[in-house]
Amino acid sequence: MSAHSATGDAGAGQAGAEQDGTATEFTPAELMEVNAARALAGAKTCFVGIGLPSTAANLARVTANPGLVLIYESGAIGSRPTRLPLSIGDGELAETADAVVSVPEMFNYWLQGGRIDVGFLGAAQVDRFGNVNTTVVAGGAGRPELRLPGAGGAPEIAASCARALLVLRHSTRGFVERLDFVTTMGHGSGPHDRARLGMRGRGPVAVITDLGVLRPDPETSELVLTETHPDVTPDQVRAATGWELRTVPEPHTTAPPTPAELTALRRLKNAGRSDV
Amino acid sequence: MAEIRTLQDAVAELIRDGDTVALEGFTHLIPFAAGHELIRQGTTDLTLVRMTPDVVYDQLIGAGLARKLVFSWGGNPGVGSLHRFRDAVENGWPRPLELDEHSHAGMANRYAAGASGLPFGVLRGYRGSDLPARSATVSTVTCPFTGEVLAAVAALNPDVTVIHAQRADRDGNVQFWGLLGVQKEAALAARRVLVTVEELVDTLTPVPGGVVLPGWVIDAVAVAPGGAHPSYATGYSVRDNDFYENWDPVSRDRDAFTAWLKDSVYESAGGRR
Repeated sequence: MSAHSATGDAGAGQAGAEQDGTATEFTPAELMEVNAARALAGAKTCFVGIGLPSTAANLARVTANPGLVLIYESGAIGSRPTRLPLSIGDGELAETADAVVSVPEMFNYWLQGGRIDVGFLGAAQVDRFGNVNTTVVAGGAGRPELRLPGAGGAPEIAASCARALLVLRHSTRGFVERLDFVTTMGHGSGPHDRARLGMRGRGPVAVITDLGVLRPDPETSELVLTETHPDVTPDQVRAATGWELRTVPEPHTTAPPTPAELTALRRLKNAGRSDV
Repeated sequence: MAEIRTLQDAVAELIRDGDTVALEGFTHLIPFAAGHELIRQGTTDLTLVRMTPDVVYDQLIGAGLARKLVFSWGGNPGVGSLHRFRDAVENGWPRPLELDEHSHAGMANRYAAGASGLPFGVLRGYRGSDLPARSATVSTVTCPFTGEVLAAVAALNPDVTVIHAQRADRDGNVQFWGLLGVQKEAALAARRVLVTVEELVDTLTPVPGGVVLPGWVIDAVAVAPGGAHPSYATGYSVRDNDFYENWDPVSRDRDAFTAWLKDSVYESAGGRR
């Protein structure tokens, strides 16, 4: 994976350094994680999926949003892990939590009860309306379906949190014209579908990738490219998207990670996992 | 009143071919030792139920014990796929696996309905999802007060639920704490209940918030120290994350898996892993 210079200039291959000596090279994956953490600025509570969402939410807690309440579906509310958990049920999540509740209580009282701001989810496939497939991918003529893990908490997390964020790597395998299976509804097929189905939250408000950020058009709910990462062109993002991706007239360029953000991210990752 | 039995006797007595069996545990307190005893006894044609079938279900499915899986998320948490599960679904190896697939919220409410003696659970769920189209156990119900159309999910009442807990006394009263998952609901929803424990004590030490299932709702308690490994029991052990990561290469390959089964389950002493 190629490295970008944090200064945003084209110094490919140059190991840039801030005056304090902090390395400023970063990978597209790191920018995705930092950008995902920034998206949690201002949120009070976040229902955290494992993997990239968990990395982003824990980074947010030590950078953009120290007061952020992390909620894991395993029953931990207000976890403060010092290391990235491998699993949503690692012991440190419960030991550092404000409260530990059963799984039925988590989904009924806390999520369905409308107490959570942001649902932060990963995805295997997403379509132009932010609908998500984590169930099966068709294998093609005469071939079996490819089995994915399944729904987990996602259908109700995306429905009941005040808003949802998605984070996944950008590729034509992930950003597809047509989902083989809708596990979790984003915006259905347009702006009125969520209201018609009585969904209470706004649904996906951003899809954060290693190339940029897509957000739903306020008129049509279709995901459009609003932000590209440094050194990434809209054409590159379109080439990695399985539908005809529209772009706002002048997409922003993502601010590169600050040295503080990069340091915090790497410290979290290098701290290893809990329970090891 | 619960009887204190050996794991071998309890599994032999309580779990029969063709049963619907839930081995619950949400990352924490997963009853691996009981799962391995099922494999050793060859109890087959099982309908396996669990919100998060992870490695122990990968092992049961790979060993050919399951004809059906009722679940909401099947993966190796934080690592990736369950390859024995995928091989069964994608290729029918070692036998085809029927699926009844839900969301977590749906499964939690199915157990809660089962524990409550109700025919179904109700939730604001599954909206816009293709899941209900593939399941006979998701439907809708109209609220008699507001007219809102809500999801209805059929109650789950396993023939047998197996859970792992920290400790029990000699009357079979069981104490467990930490992440509690859906174990209490799954136990109360079941017709028969087996609890494996880290230790048997004369008197239970009070633990604030440490859930007690009284011995009279449990059929058998079996002592299985380390019986949750590679998952963990708060206060007794930590999660063996390396095991979960190392499971990935073992489970990817049918021969490696078969060798693992032979060495680690069939020819192991039987008490633990």
